[in-house]
Amino acid sequence: MDRREFMVSAGIAGTASLLGCRGTPTPLPPGELLGASLALGHRLPAHDLAPPDSTQHVPVLIVGAGIGGLSAGWKLAKSGFADFLIVDLESEAGGNSRAGRNTISAYPWGAHYLPLPTREATAVRELLAELGVLQGDPRAVRPSYDERYLCATPQERLYRNGRWQEGLLPQSGVGASERGQYQRFADLMAAFRRQRDTLGRRAFALPMALSSRSAELLALDQLSMRDWLLAQRLDSPHLHWYVNYACRDDYGAGSSAVSAWAGIHYFACRDGEAQNAASDSVLTAPEGNAWLSNGLLRSIRERVGARLLTGALAFRVAAGSAPAAGRRIEVHLWLPDERRTLRVLTEQLIWAAPLFLVPKVFAGYPELKVAAGSYSYAPWLVANLTLSRFPDDRAGAPPAWDNVLYDSPGLGYVVATHQHLRAWRGPTVLTYYRALDEVSPQQGREALRDAAREVWAEQILADLERPHPDIRQLTTRLDVFRNGHAMARPVPGLISGAARRRFAVDGTNLRFAHADVSGFSLFEEAQYRGVLAAERTLRRLGARFTSSLA
Amino acid sequence: MNHALLFSVFVVASCGLAYELIAGALASYLLGDSVTQFSTVIGSYLFAMGVGSWLSRYVERRLVARFIQVELMVGVFGGFSAAGLFFVFAWSSAPFKLALYLAVVGIGVLVGLEIPLIMRILERDLAFKDLVSQVLTFDYLGALAVSILFPVVLVPHLGLMRSALLFGLLNVAVALWACWLFREQLRNVGWLGVQGGASMLVLLAAFAAAGELTSLAEAHLYADDIVHAESTPYQRIVVTRWKDDLRLHLNNNLQFSSRDEYRYHEALVHPGLSTLPAARRVLVLGGGDGLAVREILKYPQIESVTLVDLDPAMTRLFASAPPLRKLNEDALRSSKVSVVNADALQWLEDNDDLFDFVVVDFPDPSNFAIGKLYSASFYRLLEKHLTANALAVIQSTSPLYARQSFWCVVTTLESVGLLVTPYHALVPSFGEWGFVLAGRHAYRPPPAYAVATRFLTADTTPALFLFPKDMARVETEVNRLNSQVLVRYFEQEWRQVIR
Repeated sequence: MDRREFMVSAGIAGTASLLGCRGTPTPLPPGELLGASLALGHRLPAHDLAPPDSTQHVPVLIVGAGIGGLSAGWKLAKSGFADFLIVDLESEAGGNSRAGRNTISAYPWGAHYLPLPTREATAVRELLAELGVLQGDPRAVRPSYDERYLCATPQERLYRNGRWQEGLLPQSGVGASERGQYQRFADLMAAFRRQRDTLGRRAFALPMALSSRSAELLALDQLSMRDWLLAQRLDSPHLHWYVNYACRDDYGAGSSAVSAWAGIHYFACRDGEAQNAASDSVLTAPEGNAWLSNGLLRSIRERVGARLLTGALAFRVAAGSAPAAGRRIEVHLWLPDERRTLRVLTEQLIWAAPLFLVPKVFAGYPELKVAAGSYSYAPWLVANLTLSRFPDDRAGAPPAWDNVLYDSPGLGYVVATHQHLRAWRGPTVLTYYRALDEVSPQQGREALRDAAREVWAEQILADLERPHPDIRQLTTRLDVFRNGHAMARPVPGLISGAARRRFAVDGTNLRFAHADVSGFSLFEEAQYRGVLAAERTLRRLGARFTSSLA
Repeated sequence: MNHALLFSVFVVASCGLAYELIAGALASYLLGDSVTQFSTVIGSYLFAMGVGSWLSRYVERRLVARFIQVELMVGVFGGFSAAGLFFVFAWSSAPFKLALYLAVVGIGVLVGLEIPLIMRILERDLAFKDLVSQVLTFDYLGALAVSILFPVVLVPHLGLMRSALLFGLLNVAVALWACWLFREQLRNVGWLGVQGGASMLVLLAAFAAAGELTSLAEAHLYADDIVHAESTPYQRIVVTRWKDDLRLHLNNNLQFSSRDEYRYHEALVHPGLSTLPAARRVLVLGGGDGLAVREILKYPQIESVTLVDLDPAMTRLFASAPPLRKLNEDALRSSKVSVVNADALQWLEDNDDLFDFVVVDFPDPSNFAIGKLYSASFYRLLEKHLTANALAVIQSTSPLYARQSFWCVVTTLESVGLLVTPYHALVPSFGEWGFVLAGRHAYRPPPAYAVATRFLTADTTPALFLFPKDMARVETEVNRLNSQVLVRYFEQEWRQVIR
């Protein structure tokens, strides 16, 4: 307790001014306002860009170098197929798994963990084994994992009523009836986790495409998660906070916005086990999930060489019109560095970019444009705070990897240095997440577009100051990353609807390989869609391969 | 007016009890034997209050002004009581008792004056039965409030020194309030106000500086003389001396006493290193005091010792302070020794040197940060730095007080594929202490010790490897970074010991 706080709590705050305790406000730390290539992306739909001045023939073109596109490339390369190119408008591959780095640590700009893979996530296991993180048989029920990637203890804690507690479900001051509801909720989720349909499919599988399609389960996609809880007579405010938090954290939208199917999927799909870790463990690294995207990229490069073109905006996709095009697809790429447009003719296009771009880029394909219109996207903010040392802490549970604040506009922060192999907690980088779900997605995007970095920095520091009174003094840099279309929101009807399925079907020369095809943004989903698109493409081209999905 | 005075009774009574509790707590804190200290302090205090009550008969005129003066005196004397006593104790423990009882009696007399004076001020407006009932009610209520706040809020959050100053401020506030309430009856209200303001300022200044005062005084709280005290970014280092006994405390935990550290360091180094006549390169992780290095340098064939300790202040201290250099026999200044100040985990990761013998001498695994230095990942990294025939020895807390913790270290070392030999030795300052030898080959105790020892002999060494029933092996989990079971075991076990 510092002097100022003591004065306030002792009710003699009047004397505080006498003591001169209120120091001058600390100026905001320096930093940058970053964004998902806002200027370039906002040129879409682009009618004013120069016409193509050259043409290149690429047998398989992959648009988007996020996890979906990289996974498609990875599967092609692993199958010995080298005639492909991955293009991305950003200067770096990785999509939502990109990372930054400074002298203290690498740190994530987006996705930052992977739960232990389920048994049906065969492609995830294959990749983890290739990267050396899953040890032994990749199909074992309980494989061993490299301890450096298993999240170190303590994994998570919650700041509530001036104190940190272990775990995220609120504990202190929660009465017996609410605890009874916690238990009933846990039991319901455990039952869903075990449930299989008559065909042997899990009720909620990961990847979600392998889930049961029984009408009774799909009916859960027609109401919101919140309404489902209430229908189960689960009305505990603390349980609702927790479920709402989980939905915001994973889907960028709260429990009254996302469907019960998606909400339950979050709690019921993960049943991965490990030889050397508890089943609720996650795999993580200082750089978040960038170790996975970089691993994919490295794997491609080692097998078939560099197949990545960054800084290339695909702004027009059309069924080939040139006389020699045949059944090819014509893609126009704007290369801002060279200030010119390149025409790519491809036999097989794998669209691994977000689906909201489809109406802005595709010429023709009217039914795809309509289908893309039924998606909505969550605006999202990530900030990285560089700290000269670990901040002071309120009482209770010690610093964890994931540190969540109850009743906060943010989603808490993860500690980038948590996985560093060292005992001393020195300087660190904290990655703070915020879903802008308290307003409509459109309003959230406008706020992201218009507000200065200082506005976000002030809000973030004010939030973190509650558990860490000295954080302002310690923060030497605060960078803010905006993402207006961070992830698809699995609102009621999206998962079971026809629009989403339109993107999931196989095509003759066009396939979609993005987590959006699943309806929510998870590594496992993006990778599944990428690998599936690659395998369908290989099959169409008559190439031999061993499926990673069987 | 009456309500205001009754509220003053409440405050005055709280302060009165607070000084008594502070004196009692301070005495038991500094002198030990809390039953004696509390009962003698409370007895003298109550007696002195009686004296004060008796003396109140001699106050005949200008009751309010006297009451205000008494309040100011109580505020200043009481407020500074803890700080003053701390410093007397720090200066010398001999006159401490005298100072303590003088303070207790002095404050007791003044506090004894308060209630009779208030009752007489109120007497003008209240019937006797209401007067007694109301004044005593608030008196006891005030006592109740403080007796609960004192252990729960005040001592843990403010400490004794600041608590005393806070109550001093309250007394002065009552005095100033009384000045204002009776401003029309008082002749020299201005002068009283000046006195009150000055007292308030002095107490506030002391309150603001209490952090510095506390650390200054607490540095003197170790029963022995402080040879060195230093706060580094990593820990608080305190070295004390009493006669010929030098002690090192890190974060208030005893690390060694020079009277028996030879037992600990001989047991740490020689059972392993004596079996390795071919050893040339040795690594010491932790152990910035150089005492393990001193034992290692007894072997003439050792060509180099690398000491990795996080805190440069530690290694600097033990390489420079004459009594400590004498203790480690200038080990840290030996030309064979290179000192590296780095995080051991990070250093092992960034470095690929191999060693014939490794001493792992970290603090006990009392938190998740240090717990990482006892994890399977750490031992896997350590194993990569061992030559083919090398041995590592790990200090692994007490197999008696923290049995599960000790065997957890053994289990964890085994889990990374090392052959493990646990043993123990009695170090009186610590109690029964445990060590684990680990290597790629089976270990055999040395048939003889080639170096001079004070504790170890070849014929008694085999007994170190025998574990009696109360320290025998128990099943434990492996300590992994993602579970850190050792920290949980350790916390549970030592909590029981302290109880």
